[in-house]
Amino acid sequence: MSLIRLEKRAAPSRTLAALTPVMAVIATMIAGGIMFAILGANPLEAIRTIFWDPLFDPQFGPYSRPQLLVKAAPLILIATGLALGFKAGIWNIGAEGQYIMGAVVGAGAGLAFYPSESPLIFPFMVLAGGFGGWAWAMIPAILKTRFGTNEILVSLMLVYVAENILASVSSGLLRNPEGMGFPGSRNLARDYPAASNTEIIANTGMHWGVVAALIAVIFAYVLMTRHKMGFAIRLAGEAPRAARFAGVSPSRLIIFCLGTAGALAGLAGLFEVSGPAGQISIDFNSGYGFTAIIVAFLGRLHPIGILLAGLLMALTYIGGELAQLMLGMPAAAIQLFQGMLLFFLLAMDVFANYRIRIGTPEVAT
Amino acid sequence: MKLVTTLLAGAAFGLAFATAAVAQDKTKVGFIYVGPVGDGGWTYEHDQGRLALEEEFGDMVETVYQENVPEGADAERAITQMALSGADLIFTTSFGFMDPTIAVAEKFPDVKFEHATGYKTADNVGVYSARFYEGRAVQGTIAGHLTESNIVGYIGSFPIPEVIRGINSAYIHAKKVNPDVQFKIVWAYTWFDPAKEADAAKALIEQGADVILQHTDSTAPQAAAQEAGNVYTFGQASDMIEYAPMPRVSSIIDNWAPYYIARTKAVMDGTWESDNTWDGIGAGMVGIGEITDAVPAEVKEEALALKDAIASGEYHPFTGPLNKQDGSTWLAEGETADDGTLAGMDFYVEGIEGDIPN
Repeated sequence: MSLIRLEKRAAPSRTLAALTPVMAVIATMIAGGIMFAILGANPLEAIRTIFWDPLFDPQFGPYSRPQLLVKAAPLILIATGLALGFKAGIWNIGAEGQYIMGAVVGAGAGLAFYPSESPLIFPFMVLAGGFGGWAWAMIPAILKTRFGTNEILVSLMLVYVAENILASVSSGLLRNPEGMGFPGSRNLARDYPAASNTEIIANTGMHWGVVAALIAVIFAYVLMTRHKMGFAIRLAGEAPRAARFAGVSPSRLIIFCLGTAGALAGLAGLFEVSGPAGQISIDFNSGYGFTAIIVAFLGRLHPIGILLAGLLMALTYIGGELAQLMLGMPAAAIQLFQGMLLFFLLAMDVFANYRIRIGTPEVAT
Repeated sequence: MKLVTTLLAGAAFGLAFATAAVAQDKTKVGFIYVGPVGDGGWTYEHDQGRLALEEEFGDMVETVYQENVPEGADAERAITQMALSGADLIFTTSFGFMDPTIAVAEKFPDVKFEHATGYKTADNVGVYSARFYEGRAVQGTIAGHLTESNIVGYIGSFPIPEVIRGINSAYIHAKKVNPDVQFKIVWAYTWFDPAKEADAAKALIEQGADVILQHTDSTAPQAAAQEAGNVYTFGQASDMIEYAPMPRVSSIIDNWAPYYIARTKAVMDGTWESDNTWDGIGAGMVGIGEITDAVPAEVKEEALALKDAIASGEYHPFTGPLNKQDGSTWLAEGETADDGTLAGMDFYVEGIEGDIPN
């Protein structure tokens, strides 16, 4: 007879589901504050540096606020695509690989025409980038529909293949011929104006990838709430048998979900390589494809939720960098802090799905 | 239009910086690291340089650093934030920070930047690197004497000129003392990844290598050699003395402290100018770690004599006659390599087997 019991709710509480992120942030601040205090920093100052300074500090804010969009855009773009599949029970873990291939194919398409000044170059690269990611995602999709392979393993393994392709083209095919023998392509953002993904409005961080992320969120929202495909996705995830009876083709769903996620990840890669990163290099990928999985779940697989979750993740990254810089925090402490946030967010779900009962269970009469 | 907005942005940043700079009189020096300060190799030595700076100038200087900065889109932000925080001088300590450093430097004309191992300079961006290949010559001499299987394993990081230079220098000098020596080269495609480096070391040992040279920064190859028993290694970037006297028989140490102190002093005095520094053993930027007793005395003596000859400038590690791998002549008898060729070196010398990956 335990005194505290968890009792499953008939339906998850909507109020609590909306409140848990706030509770999680508060819990993180408390636990993180204790950790910062142990490390010898002023906990209030550390938390202010992470959550407040990137937005409102007069010294850093004007630069950091636009950077939030820059950092969040690829996360949101990738997570929006992944969430479609996750809703339907299709687990694409390889967005990192699709992101890399989008960047490689897109940048390659642009570099093939160097030093052209045609305004068609960038749109062509966007198409090529989306195609690169889509094609890479089609490998697990077709293997699954034809041979029943597990898309989790195949898509994940293809990340490592993509990383090796990236290393190879960085030091071979796409290497900058004027780069003194060093690996890495020409800098698209700096040295190739027709191929560069510049800010649409200066100093706002608003580049084409941010626009694409917002459009993707709106499309995903409409798709999930208004479109037959969205209904099929939800049905397949919640009641696979019912979906089959309703005439939803599992193969079509797999091709659609993996393809969309791959194309969006490819686009994210292209916008990143032609803008913030600037060039194809061996270390070009910085884990956006994996972090986006977290963002998708943090946003509860809902397009608007993903938008907010992406911005929150971006804030902890940029705030974390500031805390390192200003307070001399080690990088590991910041990662630990981010880990706490994710842990509390998922742990707080318990309250949405379960009721806490204190005392002995009532006996039904 | 774009130019105007860029200029305006620059002015805004410049103003922000100017107000920040007035508020303090200490010289603020920032460091951007690619790895963790505890990597025991590359980043560790840069951080030792930072600590030496604090030691030298005490209250007159304030240092900040950011570790584990990825060489991609995040680097530019890390450098910008450091400049915004009021740094007067920023050292970016990995090759991949080159373009981001140049980009940030354009926005902060009053901040001085120093980029390690790159080649792009600007009015407020200098570059610096060390002639590690001088150390490799000493290392190659010892390796050529020590190997009994005549197979020397080499863990390369990335096929870039700096690494290729090191392989060539080590090979030339190993071959000089042991004409039968063979090099087996494995590319790890990382600067720091203990698991990958250990795998590479084990693979080389299995292929018969009894000396392992590394151009990666962790001590994992040392640990793998220790486990195998009769295999010799050399510390890379840092002394790695904890593996002495065996397997670590010597090391190449990067000593950045004198350079960091000199450049900071120049900023304090207002005499800083963009430079292109490439120093070696002579200037103290490259150190040879203690050669242990596992090395026979006459070999040690020979290695130290070579070190002294390089330090005094009497001997250049790339002195002809030398041919390229394909047999074509590179340097004629007595001719020495020029810095331009060395900086962009993308070929093996004659005798090394295998191709440079691309």
